[in-house]
Amino acid sequence: MRKMLAAVSRVLSGVSQKPASRVLVASRNFANDATFEIKKCDLHRLEEGPPVTTVLTREDGLRYYRMMQTVRRMELKADQLYKQKIIRGFCHLCDGQEACCVGLEAGINPTDHLITAYRAHGFTFTRGLSVREILAELTGRRGGCAKGKGGSMHMYAKNFYGGNGIVGAQVPLGAGIALACKYNGKDEVCLTLYGDGAANQGQIFEAYNMAALWKLPCIFICENNRYGMGTSVERAAASTDYYKRGDFIPGLRVDGMDILCVREATRFAAAYCRSGKGPILMELQTYRYHGHSMSDPGVSYRTREEIQEVRSKSDPIMLLKDRMVNSNLASVEELKGRKLLTPVAGERREEGGLKQREPSTVLNASQALVSRAQDRPDAPR
Amino acid sequence: MAAVSGLMRRPLEQVTVREAINQGMDEELERDEKVFLLGEEVAQYDGAYKVSRGLWKKYGDKRIIDTPISEMGFAGIAVGAAMAGLRPICEFMTFNFSMQAIDQVINSAAKTYYMSGGLQPVPIVFRGPNGASAGVAAQHSQCFAAWYGHCPGLKVVSPWNSEDAKGLIKSAIRDNNPVVVLENELMYGVPFEFPSEAQSKDFLIPIGKAKIERQGTHITVVAHSRPVGHCLEAATVLSKEGIECEVINMRTIRPMDIETIEASVMKTNHLITVEGGWPQFGVGAEICARIMEGISENLVLEYSSCNKQCIPGHCIESKS
Repeated sequence: MRKMLAAVSRVLSGVSQKPASRVLVASRNFANDATFEIKKCDLHRLEEGPPVTTVLTREDGLRYYRMMQTVRRMELKADQLYKQKIIRGFCHLCDGQEACCVGLEAGINPTDHLITAYRAHGFTFTRGLSVREILAELTGRRGGCAKGKGGSMHMYAKNFYGGNGIVGAQVPLGAGIALACKYNGKDEVCLTLYGDGAANQGQIFEAYNMAALWKLPCIFICENNRYGMGTSVERAAASTDYYKRGDFIPGLRVDGMDILCVREATRFAAAYCRSGKGPILMELQTYRYHGHSMSDPGVSYRTREEIQEVRSKSDPIMLLKDRMVNSNLASVEELKGRKLLTPVAGERREEGGLKQREPSTVLNASQALVSRAQDRPDAPR
Repeated sequence: MAAVSGLMRRPLEQVTVREAINQGMDEELERDEKVFLLGEEVAQYDGAYKVSRGLWKKYGDKRIIDTPISEMGFAGIAVGAAMAGLRPICEFMTFNFSMQAIDQVINSAAKTYYMSGGLQPVPIVFRGPNGASAGVAAQHSQCFAAWYGHCPGLKVVSPWNSEDAKGLIKSAIRDNNPVVVLENELMYGVPFEFPSEAQSKDFLIPIGKAKIERQGTHITVVAHSRPVGHCLEAATVLSKEGIECEVINMRTIRPMDIETIEASVMKTNHLITVEGGWPQFGVGAEICARIMEGISENLVLEYSSCNKQCIPGHCIESKS
């Protein structure tokens, strides 16, 4: 079979002028889907949890891979632009945590709601804004999604309420959005995110109390990346079982580096809320490669070895790629190929301000990273 | 529905400030499904000061919500609900307790429309009694007009009489911006004659417009909230001595109607500001600064202050 394919590709590449590898890819048969085992979640006040196996289709896999790669590259580009002083002010990057934003989005509908804190670029993308709008906002351009007035921490989209600068304040806001969901009776839920540092804020416990009392359809999500700025979880919290901190609110602890685990847990949690049982809490165990912000090298409170170990063993993009390649859902070449991140040719220039004031490095960066609308996770599952 | 309002009205169309606020909220709750009220004791207790009497019986648990004692939490919940398209009225039992929640009022509510480049409005009302009451001590007596009046993104109103109270609460609820309504506990029980237009369900007082309560020629006296009444009493006394005061009821702290005050000062050449808040960085200080800025070319100005000491619980006056 392989010899035959090689021969076919030789012939075709001679005819078509395309590189042989592309032709080979085009003629190879991939599986449509594959079943994977995922880690069982630790449970709090729950009899049953999310399933321990899941089916991933080739289409979904490619889409998740594309989105995670886009977020990763966008964050790395933001790092570069910040060092060139083209982005200024605050800049909190989420590379390493891609499985959280992409996995959560995969588990909900576009009509559901999401609010998070300041490490928000990934969510801004998964909730529907383009890389161009995000980078333009980061660089303070008029073409940015908040017209340059908000910057890194204040980007908004439909059913996405930012981007919030005050640690923990977004949690009561999220409970309020959930109240509106229940008030309107539309079967929608609100994902309300906060970090391991924010988890010790008093107003979060006030929000837990009212959400449980009034049975609000609120999924509280603690993105535990082990460090609140420079303080490790052991030094900040008397109990680091963040999924249990909701006390009377049921909780689950999820492997936040495995996008399929995140997706299944989110589907489970959303179904719980939609059934009217009230709030639920998810702890996503994840990791950030960068420091807290661009002013933090990120190595004074943790070792380079630790960062490297996570990169080599638990990187979310690598984990998905390995799964897909090993189950014949995609090939290595396909996943590496430029095809996945093609620039949009002849892109419309949105605002005069963007055109006039935008230096060419930013333009090239955004062109290189723009994904088409069909990369949205609301494509049919 | 009319029965509740009917019971609230006294003969001779005298309406207390409490009844006026109640009417205003009742009418807006009826008019727009998205309006709801939350706060401590607002539902089954009928309101700590009975301002929301009868509303829970009429509208039920969905629209009139009793909260636990969690100001930061429930103010944040109210702001989140507003972001998601509802129109909450968030009551603070007194504005002293709003200090617990002030981050949600300023950072989550006031600043969001600007920071989002106009994408995310926050149509919320924060209301409750403000300033000194009778013998409740310093922690329960602070006036927040200057603190909230300082912040862009907020509108701040301070009604004096029943007409003010009803017209301003209705305008606040219909406004798409966050509005702080500073009521006064000692005014709640005071009856005023209700003009016929105030009986209408669409009676609104525009935010940002002061009212001249009493015409005069010798001196302009500016106040907001309960001190307006004191100024009118003082004006009556002074009139016997031949001094005619022009008394201006600010009605709105932010955006301040400085034009009305300026026009009056051009006429009288004298200004005195009266307020319940502390003098430093206060409402009166802002008025004097703006007057100096605005019309100093035309007048020879002298400014002096006849404050008492800055003490947590006292009523202070300043003179310019």
